[in-house]
Formats: sequence, structure tokens, C-alpha cells
Amino acid sequence: MERRTFLTATAATALLPLASRLALAAPETTLRLAMTLTDIPQTTGQATGGGEGQRFIGTTIYDSLFAWDLSQGEKTAEIVPSLAESFSVDPETKLTWTFKLRQGIKFHDGSDFNADSVVWNFDKLINKESPQYDPAQVATAGSYFVGVKSYKKIDDYTVSVTLGSPDSLFYYRIVNVGMSSPARWKELGGDWAKFADKPSGTGPWILEKLVPRERAELRKNANYWNPKRIPKTDKLILFAMGDATTRAAALLSGQVDWVEAPPPDVVPRLKQAGMQIATNVYPHVWPYYLSYTDESPFKDIRVRKAANLAIDREGLCKFLGGLAKPAKGSVDVSSPWFGKPTFDIKYDPAEAKKLLAEAGYGPGKPCKVKFLTSQSGSGQMQPMPMNEFIQENMNAVGFSLEVEIIDWEALRARRAGRADGPRNNGVHGLNNSWNVQEPDFGFMSVMSGKRFPPNGNNWGLYSDPKTEALCEAVIAEFDPKKRDEKMAELHTYLVDQSVWIWVVHDLNPRGLSPKVKGFIPPQNWGVDLTSISMSS
Amino acid sequence: MLQFTARRLGYIFPIAIGVTLICFILTYLAPGDPISAIIPDNTPPDVAAQIRAAYGFDKPLPMQYLIWLGRVVTGDLGVSLTTRRAVLSEIIPACINTFKLAGGAIFLSCFIGILLGTLAAYRQGKLSDRAISSVGIAAMSVPQYWLGTSLVIIFAVQLGMLPATGMGNPSVDPFSKTMSYMILPMITLAVSHIGVIARSVRSTVGEILQQDFIEALYAKGLTPARVFIHVAKNAAPPILAIIGLQVANLLGGSILVETVFAWPGTGSLLNSAIFMRDLPLLQGTILVLAMFFVVTNLAVDVLQMALDPRMKNARAGSR
Repeated sequence: MERRTFLTATAATALLPLASRLALAAPETTLRLAMTLTDIPQTTGQATGGGEGQRFIGTTIYDSLFAWDLSQGEKTAEIVPSLAESFSVDPETKLTWTFKLRQGIKFHDGSDFNADSVVWNFDKLINKESPQYDPAQVATAGSYFVGVKSYKKIDDYTVSVTLGSPDSLFYYRIVNVGMSSPARWKELGGDWAKFADKPSGTGPWILEKLVPRERAELRKNANYWNPKRIPKTDKLILFAMGDATTRAAALLSGQVDWVEAPPPDVVPRLKQAGMQIATNVYPHVWPYYLSYTDESPFKDIRVRKAANLAIDREGLCKFLGGLAKPAKGSVDVSSPWFGKPTFDIKYDPAEAKKLLAEAGYGPGKPCKVKFLTSQSGSGQMQPMPMNEFIQENMNAVGFSLEVEIIDWEALRARRAGRADGPRNNGVHGLNNSWNVQEPDFGFMSVMSGKRFPPNGNNWGLYSDPKTEALCEAVIAEFDPKKRDEKMAELHTYLVDQSVWIWVVHDLNPRGLSPKVKGFIPPQNWGVDLTSISMSS
Repeated sequence: MLQFTARRLGYIFPIAIGVTLICFILTYLAPGDPISAIIPDNTPPDVAAQIRAAYGFDKPLPMQYLIWLGRVVTGDLGVSLTTRRAVLSEIIPACINTFKLAGGAIFLSCFIGILLGTLAAYRQGKLSDRAISSVGIAAMSVPQYWLGTSLVIIFAVQLGMLPATGMGNPSVDPFSKTMSYMILPMITLAVSHIGVIARSVRSTVGEILQQDFIEALYAKGLTPARVFIHVAKNAAPPILAIIGLQVANLLGGSILVETVFAWPGTGSLLNSAIFMRDLPLLQGTILVLAMFFVVTNLAVDVLQMALDPRMKNARAGSR
């Protein structure tokens, strides 16, 4: 053996234990994420904080019977079985849903997940007599169980739920019902406040530390039941960081690796610093609900179409730094629910003027309308400059648009007050962004004549027999493919009727440090953080 | 003196009742349903009514106020709607965090403000006085949001010298690192108070320096240092009153500074309570902050009395 080879071999042998020790002590990887929320959402099972609370606390610590498949970003996410392995609906009555549960799943505290846990969790949200009934969680999830008549355990891994009337959309409703551990709740003396600090679910992350209004530290659940979704990072730290500029500064200074919703004007600076800007179209729409009261000009379809044709959406998206996509309806053209509307929503001021003239408006007699918007709010993007832009567009074709800006909660209160309510007198449109992820919330609750407030969010009191029939057809269709076709028919009709003014879809921008690898922006309000790894 | 303190203490109770009444009514005057921020948009009316009843929002307003007041008297400020945590357990750590920041800012603003103000008063009309006055006005006028963001851009983003946001992880981080989180928000918070204190000190000390007894002291052959002690004694009560207000202001937390730096103090708590329309949290926080003002003002009044015999005599004379 040559001397050099000998020395190399000796050195390698000597260093081997050290190398293996170093490998064993590989540094922990941590994903630090800044949310737009000002506090850490409720951690007991039903996350507060809307879509953001659900995606960062709801689906990290907890699993539900069903989940959104967030593994791809090419098409709209679909619902897949999660803690429920499979389900069936009584073919005769269509009223009873039977869920076969996945076996061998354990809560973070080591207790078993089974049919008793499901019934216990349903009780916590429905059964006022049960000791675990929790108004704080009911506030978030009580509405999911409307229409449920009864539920029971069939065997250790089978549960059935009976509804009052057939509803093919039931599994959409319970996709956000997190399964909390009954054993942990009992261990903590049946105190949900204590449970919030030491929660136990079956999800891919385990809460380790909670500092209210500051951060939540989660550790990966190495024993997660779905091997494909065992987190690739050891730790996840969620920061509550309400201010957009603060989040951007935290990303630029290396304090966090991921920021939600960076301000559009900072995006070029983030890109310049080598940050990744992840975007994708998702089921969000920024529209104006229109009033169908007798005094509203929007009762006339020509006026509704003129308003839709008056807006330069491409220009607006450019103005928003490319972080939005022009809307041609409630859902994006790529959605299976888009259908084939004949009314093409585009910028055509000449046609808009023509339609307004046909409706009896013109020079000297503008179509006077008033819209409500908020200065900020969940999903509202940048409502004030966007409304100014649209006001200019609409006034250019013959509208005389007045925009009233109010507080976000006040806007929600006005929405609950119906278009014919005394406080909405003289208001013809309400600018409130909407989640169109699932058929009931996204469409029926805002378009069905049976869902005027307080039974839904149909603020404008739109009511139309054909729309009702199409909604009923969707609810009655249990085959997902055929239901998609029915949804497309419904959407086609709504666009052709020009029921709302649809403006843009948000592209849900996120700023990621170059170290963040493996993120797939899904077409959904959720995200899967388990696929993310951190490069050194 | 004791009688004065006791009388002022006696005022606290009617003030506190007034404060509770105003903060209770004001939060209810805000538009929207108290539970709208915690229920989803498609909540059916019966479920919403159930939630409203669970939190007691279905009762008449005077009844709600009395129930709330009854609990406040026993030290129970209720439970946060959004986090389920006891309001008091939210407020106490927030106050501690704000005090940490305010303590540093008070020290910084008093030290620099008094120093600059005194210097300007002694150099009245000279270039240094004009420079200090201009700096004072600029410091008072600079928007905290802009200043905080600018400091973050310079010291955190560009130079990477200091952390941009948050307060680190004090249970794990070394003391020096924990302190580094405080520097930028503390400076941002202190700057406007430096301006206020410097300008107040300048005008108070300036007025005293114009008075005849100062000349008399010099004529008696006192050294400038000895004269300064007399100036300081005379200037202390009005300056203390100004500083007292600034302290109360700082202890109340700053929504802007705490939001820019994601500092979990009372300002950020208030901000979060407003945005989430979390009424119990909002009412509890406003009450505690208002009481800070009341107690700080009382402390300043008592301190002024102790420092200034003229006030004691004036009160004795008026009796």
C-alpha cells in the first residue's frame, strides 16, 4: 500500500465514528411561517381565523373524515377520504351515510382513533347535553351539521349519519371537522382551555408550545398514519404577524422562511432578493353582489351585462402587480364547474354603452348606482384602489357609481341585513370576496332563493326558478362526475344571467425564501406543509 | 398630604365606574354582531342564536353590563371569544411585554429629552438651541409607522444587524439576543416622546432661567452647578407632570409600534381584539389601560405634591 493511500485510509477510519455521530446529530430543520392573523387560531379542534386558521392549525394538528387532496396544483383540489377509509350512501333513501374508518390510527397522546372518537367529536359540536359540548367550537363548526338528524356507532370502525333530506354535499360540509382526542380531554379534567395548550389530534404535526398572539411551535408527527405525508421538516413555527410590511421585512431579514400575502408593491423587492413568489389561481372570487330589489337598476339584465363589460380586468390585474387573474364567472375557466357560458365577460366598453342605451340610459341620464365596500378584510385584496379603478371604468360607459367605504365588520353586518333592509336603502351592490371551493357555500348560499339572510348570504335577494332547479339537481346528484356536470350547468346559467359583477380571482401570493423546497401551490384555500423541505 | 392622597384615591372609584360604562357602551355601538367574527358566514340563525346565548349576548344591554361589572369587581374580566383564554390571562403577559418595551423607552426618552431640553434652554437663541428645537419638532412629528418601517429596512433588512420583528424566544435565546429584539421598537417608541420632553424641558427651564432669583443666586456667588440644582428643583414639578403623561401613554402600549414589530403587548392585543371584534377582550383591555392612566396620574399628582411645597401650601390655603 502506498503511503498516501495508507494515510487516507487511516484518517478515514479515525473519522468514521465522528462522521456517523455528525450524521446522527444532523441539525433540525425548521420551517418558520408568518401568517396574516394577529393571533394563533383556536387549537382545540375547530380552528378560528377562517381559511388561514384552518390551513395552519386545523389541518396540521388535526385530521377529518375527509380532506382536500393538495398534492397537485394543476387542477382544482378534490375531496378524498382521510380518517374515513370509504363511505357509502343508502341507495334507497339517500339519507344515511355510512363511514368505514381507517384502522390503527392513534392520537398524538397514543390513544386509539375509532368510532367512539367520531361520535364523541360529533357530540362536542351537536349534543348540548354531552359534557364535551363546546360553544367555542360550535361557533366555528356548528353550521356544518345542519340537516343531521342522528348519528351512531355501528361497530368499532363504522359510523353512520342520517340526514333529514338527501344531500350529496354532506361530505363537503364535514371536511373541516377536526377530530380531537377524547382521552386527552379527559386527562385534562374535561377542560377545553387546558386542551388548547396541550391539544391532541391525529394530524401530521404535534403542538409543542403555544405563545398566545406570538407563535405556535409544532413538531413533526413521525408516526403519522399516512407515510406519504410525514413532514419533511422537523419543526414548524407559525408566527402571528398581522402587518404585511412587517411580514415582508421578516422574510427579507431571514427571520422567517415563508410569508402569507406579501404586499404587491413589495413583491419586486422580494424577487430581487432571490425570494420565490408562489401563486396559483384558487377558488376565490372578488365580485359585487347585485341587488334585485324593485328600485335597483340591476334587475335589468342589460344593465348587469353592461357593468360586467365595463371593467378593464387586464388593466386591473396589471395594476395589482399581476397577482390577480381576470374573472369570467365565479370560478376560473379551468374549473370543471365553469361550463360553457355564452356571455363572455370581457372588457368591451362599446357594447356596455350600447346595452345601457337599450336599457334607457345615456348621455345626460347616467345609470346611478351605489356600491358598498370595506377598507380591508378577509380576501378583500386592496378594495379601495380597486374600487376607484372600477368606478372610473364604469363611469366611462354611462354609469354614475358612488362607492361607500365602511369597516369590514360593518360590511358583513350590512350583508346580513339584506338588500331590502332599511340600512341598505339606496345600495345596489356589495363588494364582498367569496370562497367558491364547495357548491353549497360558494353558490347556493349566495344564489339560491331559499337562502336570503339570515338563512344564507343571498344579500341581493336573487331568486330564479331555473337557478333553484339547477341547485336542487346538484344537491340530489351523488355521482361526483355527474355532479360536476350539473355544477357546470348551474354556473353557465348564472354567468349567462350575469347574476353578479365578477371582477378578479386572487392568485394567493406567498413569499418563500430560496431555502424552501417542494411547495406545490394548490388550487384550494388549504396548503400541505408536509411536502416542504428546507435546503441548507 | 395623606388626606390629599386619600381623597384622590376616593376619586378613582367613580372614574373607574365611568370608564367601565363608557368602554362597555362604546364597544357595543360598533357595527356588527358580537359573534359575527367567530361564526362562519353560512351559520344558520338557530345555531347563531345558540352561540349568542352561550356567551350571554342575548340578554338586554343593561343586564349584560351589570353581569360584566359584577364579574369585574371580583377580578374576572371574562373569557376571550376568539381564543377561549381568560381575558386577564391575555392582558397580564401583554402588559409585561409592553412594560419591557415602555421601561426602556421611558428611560431613553427621559434621559435624552431632559439632556437636550436643558442644553437648549441654557443656549437659548443660539444655533445649538435652534438645532435641538428642530430635532425636537421633527421627533414629535415623525409618524411611528414610517419610522419603525424605516429602521427595520435599514438595520434588519439592509445591514442585518438587528432582528426585524417579534421578541425572540426568551426561554432559549441568550440575554443579549433577547435584548436585541427590543432595540428597534424601543427607539421607535421613544423618539416622539424625546421630542415632547425636550421641548417641555426647554421651555420650563428657559422660563426659570429668566427669573430674578436666578440672577440673585449668581449675585450671591453661587457656582453654575449650584444654580443648576435650584433650576432643577423648580423645573421638576411641571416636567414631572409632562413625563407622567408620557409614561401613561407608553404604558398603554402603541398599536402602531407593536403591530410593525409584531410585539405581543397591549397595543397589539387591542388591535387584535378590535379586528376580531372580541368584545370581552376589548372591554377588559380598555379598562385595564384606562386604569393605568388613572393610577399614573394619581402617582404623578402625589409626587408633585411631595416635590413642590408651593402646591402643598396652595392647597392648604384654599381650604
